[in-house]
Amino acid sequence: MKLIIKNGRVIDPANKIDGVMDILVEDGKISKIAGVIDAKTETVIDASSKIVMPGIVDMHVHLREPGREDKETIFSGTNAAAKGGVTSVLAMPNTVPSLDSTGIIKTLKDVIKKTANVNVFICGAITSGRAGKELTDIGALKKEGVVAISDDGASVDNDKIMLEALREAKKEKLVVICHSEDKSLSGRGVVNLGFTSTRLGLKGISKESEYNRVSRDIKLAEASGAAIHIAHVSCAESVEIIRKAKKSGVRVTAETAPHYFSLNEEDLLGYNTNMKINPPLRTKGDTLAITGGLKDGTIDAIASDHAPHTESEKEIEFEHAEFGSVGLETELAVSVTELISKNLLTWSEFVEKISLDPAKILCIDKGTLGQGKDADIIIVSPEKEWVVRKEDLISKSKNSAFIGKKLKGAVEYTISKGKIIYKTL
Amino acid sequence: MTKKKTARWVHKDLLGLEYLSKEDIELLLDTAVSFREILDRKIKKVPALRGKTVVNLFYEPSTRTRVSFEVAAKRLSADVINIAVESSSVKKGETLNDTGRNIEALKADIIVVRHNCSGAAAMLGRNVNISVINAGDGWHEHPTQALLDMFTLRGKIGKLEGLNVSIVGDIAHSRVARSNIWGLTKFGANVTVCAPNILIPSGIEKMGVKVTDNIDEALKDADAINVLRMQFERDDMKAFPSQLEYFKNFGITEERLKKSKKNIIVMHPGPINRGVEISSEVADGGNSVILEQVTNGIAVRMAVLFWVSQVRDKDVKNEINY
Repeated sequence: MKLIIKNGRVIDPANKIDGVMDILVEDGKISKIAGVIDAKTETVIDASSKIVMPGIVDMHVHLREPGREDKETIFSGTNAAAKGGVTSVLAMPNTVPSLDSTGIIKTLKDVIKKTANVNVFICGAITSGRAGKELTDIGALKKEGVVAISDDGASVDNDKIMLEALREAKKEKLVVICHSEDKSLSGRGVVNLGFTSTRLGLKGISKESEYNRVSRDIKLAEASGAAIHIAHVSCAESVEIIRKAKKSGVRVTAETAPHYFSLNEEDLLGYNTNMKINPPLRTKGDTLAITGGLKDGTIDAIASDHAPHTESEKEIEFEHAEFGSVGLETELAVSVTELISKNLLTWSEFVEKISLDPAKILCIDKGTLGQGKDADIIIVSPEKEWVVRKEDLISKSKNSAFIGKKLKGAVEYTISKGKIIYKTL
Repeated sequence: MTKKKTARWVHKDLLGLEYLSKEDIELLLDTAVSFREILDRKIKKVPALRGKTVVNLFYEPSTRTRVSFEVAAKRLSADVINIAVESSSVKKGETLNDTGRNIEALKADIIVVRHNCSGAAAMLGRNVNISVINAGDGWHEHPTQALLDMFTLRGKIGKLEGLNVSIVGDIAHSRVARSNIWGLTKFGANVTVCAPNILIPSGIEKMGVKVTDNIDEALKDADAINVLRMQFERDDMKAFPSQLEYFKNFGITEERLKKSKKNIIVMHPGPINRGVEISSEVADGGNSVILEQVTNGIAVRMAVLFWVSQVRDKDVKNEINY
């Protein structure tokens, strides 16, 4: 199977490419990339005035399988990914049971092989049952193929256990993804603590509950020499702490999610439970700090934190509703709308954040259009506007914080290992 | 500036005073004046809501507010149905939205809802086409209580603009405080909130109020005080000083009132805890309007029921941006 993508603006920061070029794909790999390629292929895609970039590598996705197939499955989630231009996902381990043993991971790999529509990488749990008490067999998980470990959804509260985990991870050359939240501070809060929580009459989640734990995680990373990655950074203080740590040479990377630079706590004034997210939407000032962190490299990656929940878990009283928003189908457009259109990031910087850097953090051979690499490519109409509608979402859950929002930037083609897995009419 | 000829009510629901304009509130208060007169007549009934059904849907125990709404609806000739629901059934039983849709299917016209979760009334209002009146949601708002407080104050003093009103007590967990703040500040009243620091919610000064933890300061220039009920049975009150200590430092006593304006108006949303936040002498004394508030509450609720029932276009969305 051969295909050629012609006349698109190719963005490939790994090879410092940003220009109109042709790409030839053969046997699932990128075989040639040049100004003009003349080749006979079954498929020719005209990408004039379109962006051609590596597929998104989303390093924070909840696929819910096994255990909560009512919310999402490997099949439904990876279809949503393909529609959103995401060709690789990191499946987080807070499934039921959690991804804490080789047995469960073996089974999951089998499901992935049979049903996944994009590349699914696996994040193993740090502790058994993600309970923060007993380390998993990190070496065995690594052998089984996990590319990172995390207790995502929870932080490992006990310093000693966290330190042991970091030492073990360092030995196994695995990055530890930190859900940095001090539960003793965030308690039963549901929105950012401050004027908005007061106005809504809801319990607040302080920023301290996040950045105190970011600080601790960084200190322990420094002590152990392990590489850590801070998930879903939401506030200015965390950005500053990470900035300083990077300067002093700690092996720390960080991600944020599109909602943290596009929405703020004031969007919650109508009690929209789809915007109930953990960590919570913060202030306008925090969104500026997040974009600042993206621009100067403090924040390495954009990841969706795709968190599907059923209607019966969301269409209820705000304080009882689950935390999280789906994000696979909107992350590209929200980023184009909020970052590229507003000249906060260039296309090349954006591709680094959403594709190349996540691949580097996870040490997976993705996120580039280099010759010989897997042909994971997306074609994007950069100026095309569309409105997020609940009925258009193909994820099994429809809890998008962006429903009703007009966005710019539409995925036209998603190609995974040389195969067109999604295209618009 | 062109003056509006007649104020027009456009809200399907009454969710909170934050979402109303000064003119909306004025319309309710003015209408309540006429309804207040009816309550002193021999025949205390008008046919304004004849043929309409009002459902009181209460997820929290309440006597005063529920009875007040019931009396108000009956004075307007509406049929009233009371539903009391155990809030513990929230997780397993029928959802609030489903209950609301069922009430709608039973052809009721207005749901009066009291719920322990903030935002519950807004959610219900979004999910049914009939009117929803918030009778208190969590710590968020209790608009009819604030309306009756404002009605009482306006009746006593003649205006709200420029009045110094101090709200004393558990501000953090009080929907009465929030609704009063939104309402009073729209009329240019100067609102002070007074409580121990841990009961002052974060960022409250942005609602346009002065904050103090000194009761004498709160009383000094006040034209009126609104004394909130202290709920020592709350879980998060365990770290709090004793009832006795609270009374010593914040209790409204005759001694304290002596240092304030002579005609200071003392309000309380009830039920009062004698000797906890207010002394019996003050509660029953000449400055207290606590029982007048109860009577005025009927008139204000009649006005609210009347106006929401006048909204003809059921497509009018509720006033909170979603």
